[in-house]
Amino acid sequence: MKKIEVLGSGCPNCVKLAANAQQAIAMTGVEAEIVKVTDYKEIMAYGIMSTPGLVIDGKVVSYGRIPSPGDIALWLSE
Amino acid sequence: MTTVSLGAVRGRFHLPLKLTVGISVVAWLIAWFTEAPLSDWLTFSVFGLERGSHFGEAIAFFLLDVPKVMLLLLGIITVVTLIRGFFPPEKVRAALAGRGTVAGSVTAAGFGIVTPFCSCSAVPLFIGFVEAGIPLGVTFAFLISSPMVNEVALVLLWGLFGPGIALVYMAAGLTVAIIGGLVIGKLGMERYVEDYVWALQGKGGALVEVKLTWEDRIHDAWAYTKDLVKRITPYLLIGIGIGALIHGYAPTDLVAAIGGRSNPLAVPIVVLIALPLYSNAAGTIPIVQALLGKGMPMGTTLAFMMAITAISLPEFIILRRVIKWQLIAVFATVVTIGVLFIGYLFNFLIA
Repeated sequence: MKKIEVLGSGCPNCVKLAANAQQAIAMTGVEAEIVKVTDYKEIMAYGIMSTPGLVIDGKVVSYGRIPSPGDIALWLSE
Repeated sequence: MTTVSLGAVRGRFHLPLKLTVGISVVAWLIAWFTEAPLSDWLTFSVFGLERGSHFGEAIAFFLLDVPKVMLLLLGIITVVTLIRGFFPPEKVRAALAGRGTVAGSVTAAGFGIVTPFCSCSAVPLFIGFVEAGIPLGVTFAFLISSPMVNEVALVLLWGLFGPGIALVYMAAGLTVAIIGGLVIGKLGMERYVEDYVWALQGKGGALVEVKLTWEDRIHDAWAYTKDLVKRITPYLLIGIGIGALIHGYAPTDLVAAIGGRSNPLAVPIVVLIALPLYSNAAGTIPIVQALLGKGMPMGTTLAFMMAITAISLPEFIILRRVIKWQLIAVFATVVTIGVLFIGYLFNFLIA
């Protein structure tokens, strides 16, 4: 079970990113849960300021942009 | 599932990257060089409007400006966004950490030009800067410069008026940001930052380097540009519409009476008019263009534009989450004084 964290205060971009992550899960068939992190304290702890950020199993894979479902699928299957 | 099939999933452009970029550039150039004669032909030959009439000139201005501004926006924002992608706020923060107020303010103002900024990211950015121990003045130099030296406005000014005025606009914005940062730094306003922000100091993670390919970057830039152009098009059409009306109908005397050189209060008046106007910098450019055409001096026009972009009520309300009203008031005052100063200075310089 992988853990995907979407970092951001609930802006439209974060919603879009979460949707892309959902699509990536469907594409790969990898078992994963999506958690939304909205608390700035926790976001800062990952060393990023530009949201939305994407963290997979505790590792920051992207920030300040919306990766495509295909991108996320690649990271998920790594 | 193998990596190869995932690679196919990853492909975004239907054609190879270089071909896509090449075709786009050629199409843009063709449109750029044919739009002026096309709009002229449409207005005066197809619609049969009379050259020199109020209505004809207004329509010609509108039809000339809409495609022109659209092409500029699409082309140059894509390029600018591509460049900006190399300067995320995380890198700026790393570059600013440990600098003193003076060197820091200058650097921060400079970064403000190229760093992406929107009012929705002001709060995490502010917390992130404070958290890294960057002085308050330096943080504000960045917060002033980033919206004030708006890259969209910069490229539009460059495209419509040439590099001189664009550079003047940039220099003016940088000056206000640097001086603003220094003043706020000197005032010792640290106690007006919310306590929970200070509590986060030193708790942040290290800079994470995420490698992006050129294809990622070009795709991101294009997606951002499409989204931005879609959002600002209504403002732009309104702006160009107002600009067209001013161009066709507003008597030169009226503009000269309110905004002209003979009125010593012209600068504060246009700043007051601009205060409640917060649309979008790009939307103001056609109005600015028309006002300049009607003889409004450069300094007054610049002050009007900067007041619209940099004195933003929504941003102040968002910033209330991290700083108290007193500091917001100082921030707003410093920016307003800076804008007034620039207005008078350029009216004096460009006589």
